[in-house]
Amino acid sequence: MTRSQWQIGLLKTAVFVLSLTPLGYLLWLAATGDLSANPIKTITEETGIWTLRFIVVTLSITPLRKMFGWSKLARFRRMFGLFAFFYGFLHFTTYVYLDQFFAFDEMLKDIAKRPFITVGFTAFLLMIPLALTSPNRVVRWMGGKRWQRLHRIVYAVAICGVIHYLWLVKADTSRPLRYGAVIAALLLFRVWDYLRSKGVWRRLRPGQRPAVSQEFNSTQP
Amino acid sequence: MLIKRADDLESSEITPELLYFNRRDFIRAAAAAGVGVASALVFPELSSAEDRWPKGKKGPYDTDEEVNTLKEITSYNNFYEFGVDKSDPAANAGRFQPKPWSVRIEGEVKKPATYNLEDLLKPSKLEDRIYRMRCVEGWSMVVPWRGFPLADLIKRVEPTSKAKYVTFETLYRPEQMPGQKERYLRWPYLEGLRLDEAMNPLALLVTGLYGKDLPNQNGAPFRLVVPWKYGFKGIKSIVKIRFTDKEPQTTWMLAGPDEYGFYSNVNPDVDHPRWSQKTERRIGEFFKRKTLPFNGYGDYVASMYSGMDLRKNF
Repeated sequence: MTRSQWQIGLLKTAVFVLSLTPLGYLLWLAATGDLSANPIKTITEETGIWTLRFIVVTLSITPLRKMFGWSKLARFRRMFGLFAFFYGFLHFTTYVYLDQFFAFDEMLKDIAKRPFITVGFTAFLLMIPLALTSPNRVVRWMGGKRWQRLHRIVYAVAICGVIHYLWLVKADTSRPLRYGAVIAALLLFRVWDYLRSKGVWRRLRPGQRPAVSQEFNSTQP
Repeated sequence: MLIKRADDLESSEITPELLYFNRRDFIRAAAAAGVGVASALVFPELSSAEDRWPKGKKGPYDTDEEVNTLKEITSYNNFYEFGVDKSDPAANAGRFQPKPWSVRIEGEVKKPATYNLEDLLKPSKLEDRIYRMRCVEGWSMVVPWRGFPLADLIKRVEPTSKAKYVTFETLYRPEQMPGQKERYLRWPYLEGLRLDEAMNPLALLVTGLYGKDLPNQNGAPFRLVVPWKYGFKGIKSIVKIRFTDKEPQTTWMLAGPDEYGFYSNVNPDVDHPRWSQKTERRIGEFFKRKTLPFNGYGDYVASMYSGMDLRKNF
């Protein structure tokens, strides 16, 4: 093992533990009775917001990598994506178990009738194939191109997540809109980057050399 | 498989409940075993004894349900003047000065005036009432309020024959109410009742809870409580009461006209456009409860709405 591999391993462990702190904090609040007078709602909101935060972090990896050349960031992307799924799973489980207590008929009605639940449930379902296809072996088996195409679903997950948040707040939409703005920026970067890789900007400004590097043709979405 | 009719069966022949569980029941039962764990985790304070307002019916309008703790009532609030999170009012209302306080009475009344709160309260005898409170968001509490009937005050100020509605206004003081610096609602907060609703004996002007003066986060020093309506109708920190001949606009009607109506009576059959109103979570309980029409106060209030389409007049 090289020194750099060892460092990345250590950093990965640190990031892993750090990513678990929101859950640890919730458990600590539960143990000390500080989950507010409506603990189920607090757990639902906290797990929900951390799902969205991890989606944002996951989507930031590629733009940061490309803009600043931090190629090693890519090694953390899968972990962040899986943590998004982990908190999304806790969020969904809280709804099924603590909030609705397995009242499946009620939940089906919710999913059909309540747009914010429909879109949230959709986001959760869409994350499942992404989580299942995250092991290296599956990526190899699928092939980079197909894997990449499948994992573009994460854009839909992010958009559904923001809409889910926006549609459930009563009056103050500023927080969901802030998440929406960040996610919009992260998605627009990809559009811009795609057009750049196709040389669109070059054609619009003749006489300039293409600024396309090897990286823009990589298989990372 | 032989299916016997119930009256053919000796009780000894009936399969014990445990063996009879089908798969779905089994899942529920297994989960129920988990309820103990979950609720111990989620409601750790249930096990500890607390000073609670004594449960029990003293007056005709009291509920005899278990009263919520003072901590629950004063730490979990919707009072957007102090922020949108439930913990914001308790965190941000400390600097609010509810004294001195005056209330302006105006509009279609024979005795319009600005009253000191003390003068306004003097003629009325304060009483404790244990009411259910159902929030439009789907949770509820039981609160021992202290106050006097709104009808007392209305009779005193003598509305004219043109008075059909009463509107209420909350104080606008952004330097002490930081939420008012944000624009998520139109300030000052406005609410309203039809005059007959305002005269209903359940409609209470409240100055205290748990036998003490109102804490700032609960609407000090002077608020409205109308227990058959969603909680947001219970306007807090009132500085103005106006009598009018037209149905007034309220803050929540302005914020979402298709989501919040003028009446906003608790009604399990009329959903909020974005969520169901059929059930509610009583703060401190694990399982949801069925929401009752008019929050269980139908005997006292339903007649005011006879002949009205409550889907249209939500």
